[in-house]
Amino acid sequence: MTERVVVDPITRIEGHLRIEAQMNGNTIEQAYSAGTMVRGIEIILRGRDPRDAWAYAQRICGVCTLVHGMASIRSVEDALKYTIPPNAQLIRNLMIAAQYVHDHVMHFYHLHALDWVDVVSALSADPKATSELAQKISPHWPNSTPGYFSDQQAKLKKFVEAGQLGIFAKAYWGHPAYKLPPEANLMAVSHYLEALAWQRDVVKLHAIFGGKNPHPNFLVGGVPCPIDLNSDSALNMKRLSQVQDIIKKMQVFVDQVYVPDTLAIASFYKDWFKQGEGLGNFMTYGDFPEKGMDDPASFLIPSGVILNRDLSKIHPVDLNAEDQIQEFVAHSWYDYSDDKNKGLHPYVGETELNYSGPKPPYKQLDVDQSYSWMKSPRWKGQAVEVGPLARVLMLYATGHEHTKSLVDYTLKYLDAPIEALYSTLGRTAARTLETKIIADKMQTWFDLLVANIKAGDTKTFNDALWEPSSWPSSAKGVGYMEAPRGALAHWIVIKDQKIANYQAVVPSTWNAGPRDAQNQAGAYEASLKGHVLHDPKQPVEILRTIHSFDPCIACAVHVTDPDGDELIKVQVR
Amino acid sequence: MRVLVLGLGNVLMEDEGVGVRAVELLESRYRLPPQVEVIDGGTTGTELLEPMRNVDYLIVADAVNTGAPPGTLVRLTGAEIPAFFQCKLSNHQLGLSDLLAVLTVTGESPKAVTIIGMVPHSLNNTLGLTPATLERLEQMVEMLVAELRRIGVEAELRPAPLPCFWAEQTRSEASACA
Repeated sequence: MTERVVVDPITRIEGHLRIEAQMNGNTIEQAYSAGTMVRGIEIILRGRDPRDAWAYAQRICGVCTLVHGMASIRSVEDALKYTIPPNAQLIRNLMIAAQYVHDHVMHFYHLHALDWVDVVSALSADPKATSELAQKISPHWPNSTPGYFSDQQAKLKKFVEAGQLGIFAKAYWGHPAYKLPPEANLMAVSHYLEALAWQRDVVKLHAIFGGKNPHPNFLVGGVPCPIDLNSDSALNMKRLSQVQDIIKKMQVFVDQVYVPDTLAIASFYKDWFKQGEGLGNFMTYGDFPEKGMDDPASFLIPSGVILNRDLSKIHPVDLNAEDQIQEFVAHSWYDYSDDKNKGLHPYVGETELNYSGPKPPYKQLDVDQSYSWMKSPRWKGQAVEVGPLARVLMLYATGHEHTKSLVDYTLKYLDAPIEALYSTLGRTAARTLETKIIADKMQTWFDLLVANIKAGDTKTFNDALWEPSSWPSSAKGVGYMEAPRGALAHWIVIKDQKIANYQAVVPSTWNAGPRDAQNQAGAYEASLKGHVLHDPKQPVEILRTIHSFDPCIACAVHVTDPDGDELIKVQVR
Repeated sequence: MRVLVLGLGNVLMEDEGVGVRAVELLESRYRLPPQVEVIDGGTTGTELLEPMRNVDYLIVADAVNTGAPPGTLVRLTGAEIPAFFQCKLSNHQLGLSDLLAVLTVTGESPKAVTIIGMVPHSLNNTLGLTPATLERLEQMVEMLVAELRRIGVEAELRPAPLPCFWAEQTRSEASACA
């Protein structure tokens, strides 16, 4: 008898992703990933001023406002060959980096940790033993006394007894897949609360550079943030020292809480180093230029493709080549005017909706036909994974020293071989390690910015091409970046000073897209194959692997599913 | 006293963005005292924790679905709020109810929460509100003003309204189509 486990929607906070897992006994035989919302930004942007596109693009997704705004202004700058001042580049790096550190820490404690940490078990922890554990794994972090953990436990107890689990209510407490001792659970839950307190300070960085939050301002040609050390309304000494404080706070939390917790939790779940890989193909577009987008050699993260785990060969990626990046809709609810089974490069991309699925609410999708509002992007026909694991592998393969030492240390600490990286837990660990790499690098960019200002360079905006009358009658370009969730690019075609075509291919589409015309699975689909579910009614195993990708489906697809299901709805048929 | 007026919704999805448009119009038309912060929250999540912490009053403007006919304006407060979340009336309440739950854990909950909502007519992938929703937008803004008055905050009419980004973008859309 075959049955299908349906998890819909799978994100605890944002988005509408539906996973259908075809079971054989307790083993997942095939998995299908469907976005149940549609995205319409491409249609809305046509005919608009390219300089305004960022304001729309940042509304694509509630979790990723910054990165879509950034990709959008980069696309216009690429199309117009518009260079930006060095200070603007450094400020953009700091803003993107702050997004990484914030998102990755919040993803870990707020969402993903709950797949590994049993909140209810924390109630039976011994605060003294918890304190010993905490001091062992992180000797310098101050909040580690028995009294501190006793207080945290009392707070949690009150909360659980009042039946107000709230954010913690949506997991499978007591499931045998939870392996941490109560003390490790109490430590992690306490750090969840500390992450919330930490977060309040670090989000301020975007407001300092972008004027406001949660929708910071952007500017084609630079950053909308003048530098004037003697002005109250510009980036001055006081604000710069706030930025310095925030960078330090980020680094300390990552070094003394996030990294040690990841290692401690991982040490109890080593079997998750052997499953959940998926494709074995990885892609990065590259990002964090120290000099400029036109100088990829100055990027912190290089661009490239790794195929079949072969770290000795990095294939170059050309985002403008028509035969490299293509989107397929063979299993998606779209039509292409020429041939539904052919791939289209984003410059000539089409967004013609054609819903042929069942009327919601439905029990099961017909996966032989179209079954998702996501397209299937491919690189030279290959399905690839994007995100932290792809980036860490790329840094490792290209000999980045800091990455190499961190990865080697982690593997040694956990007594795991290099192959362990290709897994659910490898992906989660890669996210933690890249947070440290980026948080540490923020200091370098900040120091360069301060040195420029001290040398008298306060320029943050290049006005040379601001006026549309200075533009060619037609232009096209691609704005790419490494978003926290992976490679993101916006392709723009400009005709007579207006947007003629606009296509965004987002990280979650690379990872969560459906099968393509060749019936090749996407990264989510491939990664779930072979998972054994202890109890198909409580598929925490699916959540672990899918959450290791940090899904953000509000990002990949758009309109809401009208039936408003339970947060995690599991139906077994 | 600290007050947060929070507009939620997606302006790229027709009436879904009515909450954002309501707070935009509120700020454009009225001068508010410094203890009142107005935020266009869009569909964001954790970034809203910081402004929500420890406010005395949280007033949320949002598209809601109560089962009432489209265009219906509702005011939900006190005991109606948890029930509101359980019934999942709004598309953003996952985010909002989670944020409120987090603030309960940290002991930083707003002292009072009120939702001023409108039942949407249509949620297509287009910019701008449907004409029927647009017609009621002013009424929604007046409900926000009344809500502020109820807690002792007087909104002062500006001599001339400030520009509204989304309203203007929508107007250019309408003229482009005409």
